[in-house]
Amino acid sequence: MAYVEENYDVVIIGLGHAGCEAALAAARMGLDTIAFTISNDSIAMMPCNPNIGGSSKGHLVREVDALGGEMGKNIDKTFIQSKMLNSSKGPAVHSLRAQADKQDYSRSMRQVLENTEHLTLRQQEVSDLLVEDGKIAGVKTVSGATYHAKAVVICTGTYLKARCIYGEVSNYTGPNGLMAANHLTQSLIDHGIEIRRFKTGTPARVDKRSIDFSKMEEQFGDERIVPFSFSTDPDAIQKEQVSCWLTYTNEETHKIIRDNIDRSPLFSGQIHGVGPRYCPSIEDKVVRFADKERHQVFVEPEGLYTNEMYLGGMSSSLPEDVQYAMYHTVPGLEHVKIVRNAYAIEYDCISAIQLKSSLEFKKIPGLFAGGQFNGSSGYEEAAAQGIVAGINAACYCKGMDPLVMDRSESYIGVLIDDLVTKESTEPYRMMTSRAEYRLLLRQDNADLRLSHYGHHYGLVSDEQYARVVEKERLVKEEVERLETVTVGTSKKVNDLLESLGTTPLNSGATLAELIRRPEITYDMLAPIDPHRPDLRMDVAEQVNIFIKYEGYIDRQLKQVEHFKKLENRRIPDHINYQEIQGLRKEARDKLIKFAPASIGQASRISGVSPADISVLLVYLESK
Amino acid sequence: MLQYSELEAGTIAAISTGNVTNAGISIVRMSGPEAIAIADRIFVSVHEKTPSGEYLANANSHTIHYGHIYSHGTLVDEVLLMLMKAPNTYTREDVVEINCHGGMLVTRAILETCYEYGARPAEAGEFTKRAFLNGRMDLSQAEAVIDLIEAKNQIFMKASLNQLEGKLSSQIAPIRESLLNDCAHIEAALDDPEHIDLEGFSTDLKNRLYAILENLQRYIDSFSSGKIVREGIRTVILGKPNAGKSSLLNALSRCDRAIVTDIPGTTRDTIEEQIRLKDMLLNLVDTAGIRDASDQVESIGVDKSLKCAEDADLILYVVDCSTPLDANDSKIMDLIRDKNVIVILNKSDLDEVVTEEDLFSRLSPTNQVRMIHTSMVKEEGLELLEETLYDLYVKGRLVVSDDLVLVNDRQKNALVSCVHSIEQVLQSIELGLSEDFYTIDLMNAYAFLGRITGDEVEDDLANQIFEKFCMGK
Repeated sequence: MAYVEENYDVVIIGLGHAGCEAALAAARMGLDTIAFTISNDSIAMMPCNPNIGGSSKGHLVREVDALGGEMGKNIDKTFIQSKMLNSSKGPAVHSLRAQADKQDYSRSMRQVLENTEHLTLRQQEVSDLLVEDGKIAGVKTVSGATYHAKAVVICTGTYLKARCIYGEVSNYTGPNGLMAANHLTQSLIDHGIEIRRFKTGTPARVDKRSIDFSKMEEQFGDERIVPFSFSTDPDAIQKEQVSCWLTYTNEETHKIIRDNIDRSPLFSGQIHGVGPRYCPSIEDKVVRFADKERHQVFVEPEGLYTNEMYLGGMSSSLPEDVQYAMYHTVPGLEHVKIVRNAYAIEYDCISAIQLKSSLEFKKIPGLFAGGQFNGSSGYEEAAAQGIVAGINAACYCKGMDPLVMDRSESYIGVLIDDLVTKESTEPYRMMTSRAEYRLLLRQDNADLRLSHYGHHYGLVSDEQYARVVEKERLVKEEVERLETVTVGTSKKVNDLLESLGTTPLNSGATLAELIRRPEITYDMLAPIDPHRPDLRMDVAEQVNIFIKYEGYIDRQLKQVEHFKKLENRRIPDHINYQEIQGLRKEARDKLIKFAPASIGQASRISGVSPADISVLLVYLESK
Repeated sequence: MLQYSELEAGTIAAISTGNVTNAGISIVRMSGPEAIAIADRIFVSVHEKTPSGEYLANANSHTIHYGHIYSHGTLVDEVLLMLMKAPNTYTREDVVEINCHGGMLVTRAILETCYEYGARPAEAGEFTKRAFLNGRMDLSQAEAVIDLIEAKNQIFMKASLNQLEGKLSSQIAPIRESLLNDCAHIEAALDDPEHIDLEGFSTDLKNRLYAILENLQRYIDSFSSGKIVREGIRTVILGKPNAGKSSLLNALSRCDRAIVTDIPGTTRDTIEEQIRLKDMLLNLVDTAGIRDASDQVESIGVDKSLKCAEDADLILYVVDCSTPLDANDSKIMDLIRDKNVIVILNKSDLDEVVTEEDLFSRLSPTNQVRMIHTSMVKEEGLELLEETLYDLYVKGRLVVSDDLVLVNDRQKNALVSCVHSIEQVLQSIELGLSEDFYTIDLMNAYAFLGRITGDEVEDDLANQIFEKFCMGK
């Protein structure tokens, strides 16, 4: 009995990292938005690792920020340690990672949501989708209330029919013992959505007072903290940081695991979901990499106001007694007390090949999906999809073209393209190696790459956008200046070069030529460059990278040009693959199944050969 | 719309693989009402003890047959024959495609056999025209066909019908694996820097890459030998004007093709002739005599000679030993310093003023130079030249050993591109760039080798990372 009926533009189901970004994007674009969550206390909860960012994930956070998202700003407010990973490597793989105070992160995000105009939060479980005339029309809750809406975004994460398992214990709950969402799956199936089951896991949390840190290596944060958000003032966030700790498993640990492997629900067949290879449980590591003598264990604080510590690298679903036994073999953890057990979690999700690149369901206009529900893993991957799904739900309501970024524009573009064109058999995780053009898609230039989108959709303010345009201009002008200004073979120049460990000049050279030398950076040449303008650090950084890696960048730009040609050959929505002569059966079946939006996308579907693409091109040409 | 009857009917035949030198396999294609009957006249399947002349007529459509092509009882080549009966064919007519081993000579021999037994040469684009006119495709489709042929070939290669191809693939595969593994190591470390480190990695990588380069270079070198077998030895005759170059060409090809006069500079352009010498195929190029030409037309010829010499497998350097060596000879000797050269001391019937020692001292000592005295006028020394050529190419360099793999143009291009990518990696290492730059070119190198083995890249890297490296988290 539908006793309540309300009307909204957009409904968001779930308020994890995807749901938060989706809700904020839709509401900030002026749409009347309601967001449902199982518990208001678990908004933006971090149920696994206590950090944001990391290799390639840091890129995603920066991109979300450039689009006008919240994740970067929120971690800048709530981090307790920060590190730039791979800083000795090339700029394309520098990646920021910050330890979060989990409670603070969640609370702070909730505060932002609660104070956003046009956004209503509601603690209630959504049980049904309402579909009318083939289009989404709203949702129903378990309480029987009906909420009419033009667009709905599903961000249910790991909650759908969730089950947590360790040893013989199995609880039908979501993460952290929170209530699972047990009703929505059936409604999705009823509307023709195919469901599958994935699995992931998390390590134990232990009591800090029971750890002997003297047997561990201390891991410090960076001296100079770099913020995630382009709008955060770096000087404002320099603060005292909390350490993490490193210890190792050993043969004894591995023996305990091997002796009890038959009691693991993963090996006994109790768990059916497919787990990720990149985030294996400790038992998985011991079995698959049997020749490794030890594995790292990172002991990380969960926050400033708790003694709970996260045992990174020790995710497990072994029984409680085995967990105790194996932890006690690890140096520093001999007397450790477990606060929360490690567990594996199984949940319902979809294969995202049912979605368009806009994250809208191909079959149900107005229905969008983001985050772990789409078969990804990770907070950052979720947020990245969330903001795109939120923007596009709003665009759908407003009759605007959706935001679709291609693989040459952003990691988000790569992430979504991979999700919608590849049938992954495990939760999908971002990696820098997945981005073909990663020299162009750096975390340092995400603002230059994507702010125009954020501005276009009204998520980046005029003022902020003007700053990006200005930055672009300054970089361009300075690069041009360095390409033309030459220095001679004066003693001053050659003394500087020698002091930098590089060969002195025999004849004149441009400043740009000097910057291209491996030993030299833009900053180092200041003493011999008297007419240098006073530039912001982020501008100088861009200038340095652009000049230093110009050769590589140019090569990638050329590749992008070729890539764009195929990407821009659109395939019409209602193409009839049955009537195309010359396609092989496998290719025909795959093309029907995936319904690619462009020739480029079609070419990335496994089972579609270059010959099939030629046939397709010929067909499109003849239309 | 045109009616088919308005066209010249009949069965057409042509080499359908385009530029034959680019393919390891050539296809002779026939289309038309007589295509199958003609094929039955020239093709004998390995399954036939006594040729019936109706083997293909009775066979199912869209089948492949292994056998031999005969012309008047003489074996032409071992082939795979694809039989495609109307209407489900490219032209909607009966189509027969004969896949032979590539090489202009064999392919042309098969084509000519087809002509002899009833087909007529196809006009340029006639197959496509028939397909179009028979309602098989519209005009724009017809235009895109060229692309399709390209793609089809790739698939054909992948099928590894050619044994030689399969052999190369099997040798390339471990190299690919090694490149992928190095990429995976780097990427795993970048992805999970706290678990996997790259300490000392670039030194090891450098050593592995040098070893790979050496291997690849061997395959690339074999390209010239492979090409020699299939397409003939590119032999360029060089010498200053009136040394007797054209006489040599005529003597070897036993017909008066080049105009021979005693006015220096008669041969103003290059002249080509393909001759068979014992088991060898020689593509002889006669060139304009090299001298500082005053005449403009002739000077173009001289430039062309120089260009030819650069690409040659073998140079026959004709020296008029009755006149002293001069600046023009020096110019030639500079040019042929690193080449395979046979020096022909011609006009040995006259007073020799040039000795072998004169030449030895002026040609690079590293160059293995063979000297032969000839007299074109008296037809002396030609047999010795033939012997020398035979020794050099058949007994010498081209003794086909078991691990010699013959590489075709397409494969060679892929190999060269791969080498180029690896050199880029080595350069990045030299420049002190960090490891993440290596993978860009390593993956390119990997993809280029995939063109030889017929594998696509897809998700190999991610799979390898997860397979081989224990990620933390």
